[in-house]
Amino acid sequence: MKARIAAAPYLLWAALFIVVPMGLVGYYALTDMNGGFTLDNFVQGMRFAPVIGSSVWLAIIATALCLAIAYPLAYLISRKSANTQRTLVLLVMLPMWMNFLLRTYAWMTLLENNGVINRLLGMIGLGPYEMINTQGAVVLGMVYNYLPFMILPLYSVMTKIEPSLIEAATDLGCSPGETLRQVVLPLSLPGIATGITMVFVPSVSTFVISVMLGGGSFMLIGDLIEMQFLGNAYNPNLGAALSLVLMVILLVCMALTDMFHNPEEKEGLLL
Amino acid sequence: MTKKQNSLTSNLYIFIVMAFMYLPILVMIAYSFNNSKSRGAWSGFTTKWYADLIQNESILSALLNTLIVAVISSVIATLLGTAAAVGIQAMKKRSRDLIMNFTYLPVMSPEIVMGVSLMLLFVMFKVDFSLFTVIVAHITFNVPYVILSVLPKLRQMDKYLFEAALDLGCTPLQAFTKVMLPEIMPGIITGFLIAFTFSLDDFNISYFVSGERAQTLPVLIYSMTRKRVSPEINALSAIIFVVVLAVLILTNLNDIRRENQLQKGGRRG
Repeated sequence: MKARIAAAPYLLWAALFIVVPMGLVGYYALTDMNGGFTLDNFVQGMRFAPVIGSSVWLAIIATALCLAIAYPLAYLISRKSANTQRTLVLLVMLPMWMNFLLRTYAWMTLLENNGVINRLLGMIGLGPYEMINTQGAVVLGMVYNYLPFMILPLYSVMTKIEPSLIEAATDLGCSPGETLRQVVLPLSLPGIATGITMVFVPSVSTFVISVMLGGGSFMLIGDLIEMQFLGNAYNPNLGAALSLVLMVILLVCMALTDMFHNPEEKEGLLL
Repeated sequence: MTKKQNSLTSNLYIFIVMAFMYLPILVMIAYSFNNSKSRGAWSGFTTKWYADLIQNESILSALLNTLIVAVISSVIATLLGTAAAVGIQAMKKRSRDLIMNFTYLPVMSPEIVMGVSLMLLFVMFKVDFSLFTVIVAHITFNVPYVILSVLPKLRQMDKYLFEAALDLGCTPLQAFTKVMLPEIMPGIITGFLIAFTFSLDDFNISYFVSGERAQTLPVLIYSMTRKRVSPEINALSAIIFVVVLAVLILTNLNDIRRENQLQKGGRRG
């Protein structure tokens, strides 16, 4: 059938603006300033291993916290009446529609040394506490910004679990804990996998939350990359190498979570 | 635990998480009416930040840029993506899988890498950063979402419908506009809306390809948060929050009304 031709403009576009740019990243990563082949960028990149390590570590903590908060929430929402579910899902989505810079800025107002929280604590004679410019603040920023990305995929798989299935498990003698472990958990695995990817990817690659809530006092891999391209440390070759390292980290993460679900299921979960 | 206690704890939990999600936004909205420039102290009610905001030319021009980029990029992405989905659906499984794999690439890869890679492309071919480069970048990250929302509709469609239209004398174009298009329209609209909102909201990619002159609103907001404390940001957030709330409520009411009508229609028939 000739309908295949309809994909041609997209294929051309994707070749020009997805494949070629990715190739360029690879090219820059493997060359020096004069265009000669070198592996030096990766050797230099190794100097930043602690930064890369702490990026991954903070992203793992943020993802785990999101999962811990979102899992019970998604389950509870999915057991409500249809109208309540609709309202609650709307409430979860609403903050997502505000730009994440504005939401992160809101936390700056709250966490600052003379910010809202410290002033409130001061009234009852506590603090002030140093909250902003800490790793905790950065993790908080990640959790706050990306929590809906965890709640929504979990909710969309859990709302498909029939209440009768849970009743049946109870009738057959399962305790609530066993029902959770043997019925709800296996059925919600695809949602967990999607949620983990959707929180981990932006968390590990952010270069904004760390600057705004971490005060630039410590860097993440995203900040390193940004500095090589737009900062005063201009070195696109090193930046490209670091980007490749980031991609490899994410591919490993995705390979781990992809074991749970097939790509056909992803489509509906993004909404 | 009794059933009543159970639902009480569950409601309490939902309430706490919602409070966590909304308190920062509400505090920010409250501070948009704060007379003092300082973020912590409260020193009386004012609406001057809103007045400042409306008169701030860089914000207005960034808003205009954002809207231009969002409209153009989401329309082009919808056209490209819909055509691509029709083409991909008609392919054999092997080439379809191959293409879908690199269609997922922009969806799954971190935005910073995509921003950086497009920046390298434009620098390499000496294309100056402008609205054009921002639009190209936005189309690129939006097309996959259009494809991913149109494809399921194509898969659900009875494939013989299209052939039947051809047998009954339609030209392929007529068969497409009269038979296929109405079937996949919901997917196209979803794709368009996703593309439009992602484009409005994008910072990570625009940041690398916008340069000085083509700043979109999120890029401008970022530079505002870097420089100094600017209470206009609070006012801006408050406005955006109210607009988003209004849009969501309106579309949702519309959905409910349509569902009710469907139910009534079903009963009658």
